[in-house]
Amino acid sequence: MTTNAFLQYCLTGISIGGIYALIAIGYTMVYGILRLINFAHGDIFMMAAYFMIFSMVNFTLPWYVSIVIVIGATIILGVVIEKLAYKPLRSAPRMSIMISAIGVSYFLQNVATYLFSALPKPYPAIGFLTKIISFGGISTSVVTFITPILTLGFVFILIQLINHTKIGMAMRAVSKDFETSQLMGIKINRVISFTFVIGCFLAAIGSILYFTPRPSVYPLAGSLPGLKCFIAAVFGGIGSVPGAVLGGFIIGLSETFIKAAGYSEFSDVFTFILLIVILLIKPTGLFGEKITEKV
Amino acid sequence: MSNILEIKNLVVSYGGIEAVKGIQMAVPEGEIVTLIGANGAGKSTTLKSISGLVKPKQASILYKGKEIVGQSPDFIVSQGITLVPEGRRVFPNLTVMENLKIGAYLRKDSLKDDLEYVFTLFPRLREREWQMAGTLSGGEQQMLAVGRALMSRPKVIMMDEPSLGLAPLVVKDIFNIIQTINKEGITVLLIEQNANMALKIAHKAYVIETGTITMEGTGAELLANEKIKQAYLGKTK
Repeated sequence: MTTNAFLQYCLTGISIGGIYALIAIGYTMVYGILRLINFAHGDIFMMAAYFMIFSMVNFTLPWYVSIVIVIGATIILGVVIEKLAYKPLRSAPRMSIMISAIGVSYFLQNVATYLFSALPKPYPAIGFLTKIISFGGISTSVVTFITPILTLGFVFILIQLINHTKIGMAMRAVSKDFETSQLMGIKINRVISFTFVIGCFLAAIGSILYFTPRPSVYPLAGSLPGLKCFIAAVFGGIGSVPGAVLGGFIIGLSETFIKAAGYSEFSDVFTFILLIVILLIKPTGLFGEKITEKV
Repeated sequence: MSNILEIKNLVVSYGGIEAVKGIQMAVPEGEIVTLIGANGAGKSTTLKSISGLVKPKQASILYKGKEIVGQSPDFIVSQGITLVPEGRRVFPNLTVMENLKIGAYLRKDSLKDDLEYVFTLFPRLREREWQMAGTLSGGEQQMLAVGRALMSRPKVIMMDEPSLGLAPLVVKDIFNIIQTINKEGITVLLIEQNANMALKIAHKAYVIETGTITMEGTGAELLANEKIKQAYLGKTK
């Protein structure tokens, strides 16, 4: 492998890793607050792609308006799902809410099949994102280049938000103790909704970045990426935002290099092996919190 | 003196079992009122009903003459009733400072004076301002829990077993603080298994047994009562 090719693969890997990171944050944050693995998250990511098709192809709106619409619609979808499918189960055993999440996932896949048919639909091209740029012997599309930058930017803002704002403080409090948070006057439902807003915002951004260099969208398009991002979140330590980001980048990079080495068929297998290995060796993930409480 | 809090016919059931069976209580403004009783007698449930965490089956809870049953916990906090929960329940992943700030979550005015007040009451907390609350000792956590409750500028502070699991010296400190807070004009509703300490500082006391109030009087009266001595103070005739 030449140095150029190596750098090229690195960039591709970091780019897809960045997208995984954005989606993995959605899994990890919802888990942190609700102790729920939101299996519908990958399908929300898929729905965001259809929103884009609707906006740009069916309504022929310009890309910058469409991006706003996609983000808005994805957030609304996520918050409505939380209100209808998860909130009524707040005091139910955790297994119930997880089954509800699996149900929502299948529901979205089937609704998408019903409404948009199972045939792949072409994803609209956003002009400037698909432009090819080259520097130092590497040529790549703008989207591949800006994805990791955008990812790190959003992660930085998110971490500031969690650590240095009032709502972030409330999120950290709610993630530890619902009842005491209520005693402080925190409206926990609002904090939970806010968490879904952040998760869905990042999923919408991730969706745009993921599908732009890809030809088409189909109703199951969110299923495998969703699963991989879930693994990224578990690998990094579910509940930890930096963990999810690192997990995303590691999976993105290793996947790309496995493909580069000519084992494309095995790249997904590797991701799942990674899940099994981390669960065997360090079930709490890289940055997962051990539950140690002073009594 | 008028009653700041009046509880009438409070019934709470968990899955068909009545934990509290129609109790009546009155908390006069500016006093320390204690509710003593054994484990599972319904003490915590009573406090949780007042703070809105538990929805009673039926009840009338009047705060300054206004009905508060059915209101959300955040509304009740905003009206000036706060609860220091059993087992302290500080947020271990937040710093001491953040724990105090979150106690004032609903307030939008400056917290400077209140922080200063809490740090004067508990100098230890000032030293540990930046430490994660999870790393504090039990006594320090209890101080933090009380400080956090004070940050909401309550009119009524309810405390659920503040002495639980603390060393005798620390318990003494906590009870001194309760009296100090009360002298500032804050009404205290205290539940305790440590009946001896609670009755000594209480103006008024209630005894709860399996969900029913079985006795009431001033703290001194109950301290002198033979039945109480045997059942709660561990003294034989």
